[in-house]
Amino acid sequence: MMRDLYESQRAMRNMRKAAMQRGVVAILDVGTSKIACLVLRFDGPEKFREQDGVGSLAGQSSFRVIGAATTRSRGVKFGEVDAMQETERAIRTAVQAAQKMAQVRVDHVIACVSGARPRSYGLDGEVNVEGAVVGDGDIGRVLAACDVPDYGAGREVLHAQPVNFTLDHRSGLADPRGQTGNKLSTDLHLLTVDAPAIENLLYCIKRCDLDLAGIASSAYVSGISSMVEDEQELGAACIDMGGGSTGISVFIRKHMIYADSVRMGGDHVTSDISMGLQIPLANAERIKTFYGGVVATGMDDRETIEIGGTSGDWEKDRRTVSRSELIGIMRPRVEEVLEEVRKRLDAAGFEHLPSQQIVLTGGGSQIPGLDGLASKILGQQVRLGRPLRVQGLPQAATGPAFSAAVGLTLFAANPQDEWWDFEVPTARYPARSLRRAVKWFKDNW
Amino acid sequence: MLALIRRRRGAPEPAIRRDPAHELKIRRDPALELKIRRDPAPTRWSYKYQRLMLTPLFRASVRIGLPVLLIIFIATAWFTNDANRAMLDRKISEWTEAFQHRPAFMVAGMEVTGADSDLTAAILSDLQLTFPVSSFDLDLDAIRTSVVAYAAVKDATVGVQPGGTLSIGVTQREPVAIWRYQDDLWLIDAEGMTTSLLTARADRADLPLIAGDGAKDAIVEALALFRAADPIRDRVRGLVRMSERRWDLILDRDQRILLPPDNPEAALERVMALHAAQDMLDRDIITVDMRLGLRPTIRLSGPAVAILRNTSAIQAEAGQ
Repeated sequence: MMRDLYESQRAMRNMRKAAMQRGVVAILDVGTSKIACLVLRFDGPEKFREQDGVGSLAGQSSFRVIGAATTRSRGVKFGEVDAMQETERAIRTAVQAAQKMAQVRVDHVIACVSGARPRSYGLDGEVNVEGAVVGDGDIGRVLAACDVPDYGAGREVLHAQPVNFTLDHRSGLADPRGQTGNKLSTDLHLLTVDAPAIENLLYCIKRCDLDLAGIASSAYVSGISSMVEDEQELGAACIDMGGGSTGISVFIRKHMIYADSVRMGGDHVTSDISMGLQIPLANAERIKTFYGGVVATGMDDRETIEIGGTSGDWEKDRRTVSRSELIGIMRPRVEEVLEEVRKRLDAAGFEHLPSQQIVLTGGGSQIPGLDGLASKILGQQVRLGRPLRVQGLPQAATGPAFSAAVGLTLFAANPQDEWWDFEVPTARYPARSLRRAVKWFKDNW
Repeated sequence: MLALIRRRRGAPEPAIRRDPAHELKIRRDPALELKIRRDPAPTRWSYKYQRLMLTPLFRASVRIGLPVLLIIFIATAWFTNDANRAMLDRKISEWTEAFQHRPAFMVAGMEVTGADSDLTAAILSDLQLTFPVSSFDLDLDAIRTSVVAYAAVKDATVGVQPGGTLSIGVTQREPVAIWRYQDDLWLIDAEGMTTSLLTARADRADLPLIAGDGAKDAIVEALALFRAADPIRDRVRGLVRMSERRWDLILDRDQRILLPPDNPEAALERVMALHAAQDMLDRDIITVDMRLGLRPTIRLSGPAVAILRNTSAIQAEAGQ
C-alpha cells in the first residue's frame, strides 16, 4: 500500500514537473462556501535559477497570477465533495472563468482539501550511514525506515514531510546531506486523510479534463501563506476558519508538525442565524457579513437591522432585530468553534511550544471582534492573518478568505521535500541482486 | 352599472377584473433584495469548446487557416467557370488598353534628324506608322533595326521625346570615295561600305575614284595612298586594285604608278620625292614600277624612247 502511495505521489510530482515545463498551472481551492481558481504562469526571472535559499520576493518572483476566478461553491459540505455533479459544475465554472481571464488553456491543477478528517502522526526512523558521508540514498533509507503506523484502511497519506534529522548526537539538522556521521535518524510528519474524500475530488477534477499535479492540505497551505517567517520558525498555529470546516496547522522550525480540522465553520454560524431569525440562508449570510460580530456593546442594542424575507407576508418580511440579538446568536457558535480548536491544540501539545502565536485566517476570521474573543479562548498571542502578496493577484483575492489559494501558489512554486521525493532503497534491490548473481558467477566459474 | 343595466338578458357575465391598485403591495428594502450573483456553470461542451479554442495551435488554425481555406475555395469555385475567366481576361485587357492610351503615353508625330532629304523620305515612307499611337505599341528596337538596315545609315538612335514625338536620330555614312564596279559608280565610306549609287562621276568630282575587284575592302589603304599622292592631286585619276592584292595609281596622260602590295605608301612617297626632285612624272613616262623596292623601274613612252635613242646616238657621235 505504501508502495502504491509512493508511486502515485511520484506520478503527481512528475505531472508538476511537466506543468512547470509548460509554464502554466492552475490552483484550485475547493471550499465549502466558495471555489477559487488561480492560473499561474511560471516565467519569472528565477524560473531557471539555481535554488539557493530563499529567492527574491520570498521566492515568488518565479511565477505570476494571470487568471483568478471565484464561484459560489455547490455540492461541498465540510470541505468534502457531497454532490459530485454539482461540484464538478462549480469547478468547471471557476476554471473556465480563470482560463478566460488568463487567455490560456490550463491542463494541470494543484488542489487542496480542507476537510476529510486529517490526522497527524509523528514517525521516526533510524539507520546507519553507508559510507563516510550522508547521501541521498541514506535520506531515502532513513525515511523508508520509519515505522508507519496502522492508520487504517480507507485512509490516504497526504503529506509525509521530514521535519528533523539527527546525525549521531546532533539534532535539529535541516539537511544532513554531505555531513559525516554514523547514525542517521529522522522525524517524519505523516498526515492522512479520508481516501474517499480525496478520490471524489480527484474524480471531479478528472471530469473537467484536468490533470492533478499536486494535492495539499488546506490547513498547511494557509499556514505557509498567512504566517510570517519567524512565526513559522518559533512555533505558531494557523487557524483557517473556512465555511464548512476550520483547519488547524501547527508549525515550528518552518515545518508543519501537526494538522487537524474541526468540522465547523462560518456556514454553521449562518445556519444558526437563519434558524434563529427564521430567514433564508442567503439573507442570513448577508446579515452576518454586514452586521455580524462577536462582542456586543450598548450601542448595538440601539442598532436595528432589517432582516427581510421572501415569504410574501408583510409582517414577517418587515421584521427587524437589534445587532446585539444577532451577536447573541453568532457568539456561542464562534465560541464553540474556537473551543473545539482549543481542544485539538491541547491534544497536540501546543502549549509546549516555545512560542504560542495563533494566526486566525480564512473567511470566518473577518468577523469583527473575533481576535478579542479568540484571545480569551486560545491565549494571548492572537493575530489576524492575511495571505502573502503574490504577483498579479487581483485585489479581490487578497483577503483572508484566499489564504489557502495563495498558500497553494507558494506550494506550487516551492514544494516542501516529502518522503516520495527521495529514492527508496527498494528501488535498487534488483540492481544489487543482479550484481550478486554476477559475483556468484565470477566466483564459481 | 350602466353597462350592467344595458346587459342583455342571457348574455354571459363579464369576468371580474381585479384593480391592480387594490392588490396588497409588499414594500421591500432594496438592500435586502436577494441578489445572488448568478454564475451558471458552463455545460461540458461549452467548457470543452473554450478549452479547445484556447489551444494555441488550434486557435491559429481557426483564425488563419480557416479564412485562407475559405478564400481559396471561393476563388477556385469562381475560376472554374469559363465565363468568369473570359470576363477577367477581358477586364484586364480593357484596363491595360485604357492605361496605355492615356494622353501621357501617346505619340503624335515623328521626326528624323541627321539624315538628308532622300533618306528622310525613305525612312518616313518605309515605317508606315499611323499617328497618334501609344508608346506601348511602338517597338523601338524593331524601328531602329529597320532604320539601320539602310545602307546609308551608319547608326541610329530611336526614342520617344517628352513632347510625344518619336525621334529618330540618324548618323549617315559619309562617302569618302567612289568605287567603279561593273559599270556602276558606288559611293563608299571610310569603312568600305557602299552608301548609294552615283549616276555620274561629275556629281561628286571632289571624291577620289577607286576601281577593281576588292578595291572596296582596301579603302583604308586607298585613302592613305590618296593622302600620299596629295602633291599631284590634280593629276590623279584614281586607284586600281590589281588582283585584289596591290594598287596601281593612275594619273592623267595614262601614266601609271605600280605600287607593291606591301607598304605601298612608302613606295608612293619615294615616287613623290623623285617627282619633287626631278619632276619625274612630268616627263614622258608611261609607267613607274615600284613593285620591287630595290629596283624601281620606269618605262618611257615610244616616242620618248626613239628620241632618247637618237639623242644618245648624237651624243655618242659627238663624243667620238
